[in-house]
Amino acid sequence: MNDLALHLLDIIQNSLSAGATVITVSIEENPRNNFLAMSVKDNGCGMNEEQLQKLSDPFFTSRTTRRVGLGVPLLRQTAEQSGGNLKVVSEPGKGTCLTARFQYDHLDRPPLGDMANAMVLMISANPGVDFAYRYSYNEKSYEITTRELKDVLDGVPLNDLYIMEMIEEMIRENQNDLKVCQIE
Amino acid sequence: MTKIKSLDDLRQKKQQLEQSMDIREKSDHPENLVQIKVAMATCGIASGARTVMNALVEKIKKENIPAVVTQTGCMGYCYAEPTVEVTKPGFDPVVFSYVDVKKAEEIIDKYILNNELLDGILPPNYQTI
Repeated sequence: MNDLALHLLDIIQNSLSAGATVITVSIEENPRNNFLAMSVKDNGCGMNEEQLQKLSDPFFTSRTTRRVGLGVPLLRQTAEQSGGNLKVVSEPGKGTCLTARFQYDHLDRPPLGDMANAMVLMISANPGVDFAYRYSYNEKSYEITTRELKDVLDGVPLNDLYIMEMIEEMIRENQNDLKVCQIE
Repeated sequence: MTKIKSLDDLRQKKQQLEQSMDIREKSDHPENLVQIKVAMATCGIASGARTVMNALVEKIKKENIPAVVTQTGCMGYCYAEPTVEVTKPGFDPVVFSYVDVKKAEEIIDKYILNNELLDGILPPNYQTI
């Protein structure tokens, strides 16, 4: 995985496989305090204690199509080699919250990548799922939810190609503005 | 052209688009659309599925093809990722393997537009539920 946006796509896929209908993605970029955190919270089927303990075992998966599950182990490895960690809190029937934390200025921390594009791909490919996306840069943040988008679009599908392009532009512009207004 | 920064900007842009195009019409008849699914599990993403998905979206927009691009999980063809499943209206699904940007464009130019099959089609040994 070349950047964190790719990891995000992968982790969201786990939430979707767990039957989540609401997925909250939060990216906290905080150079001032030297950390970057990425979290994905869902209301999927959750995991029991045994599944949680095996989560970082690459040879454990709940899927039947193959016998390996590399998404979480890869993210944990990336976080730990970047001076951070990975935490997962889960409760059967309620959902899961995964948080990966990285040392912001660590040489091995992958770049954030194109989060706007990653979110739009997920939103457009899963129109039945409610996504909430929050991006913060130091103390300022930007938030958008698919419920707000659906209200604005008034029946026009989220996976329309022109609409996808517009949403991506809106997320990207707001993220860039947060950074530009805080250049020190 | 001004950039879209707020939900109000998005609403205005959408209204302009609705007046000039058939975006609402397409959503009323999803059965007439070509369904394109990109496998986006760890194996697919690590092999370049996102680039492929972006390329497919760009190409169908450019060619104005009535299609919808979605994603799916791992179908068990990890060795052949990125994989793309294409279902044309009235046809069985076809899964293409080792798809890159060039092949994604070929899938659209040759298979979707001209019914011409390409190398690297995977056997349909799975069931869609």
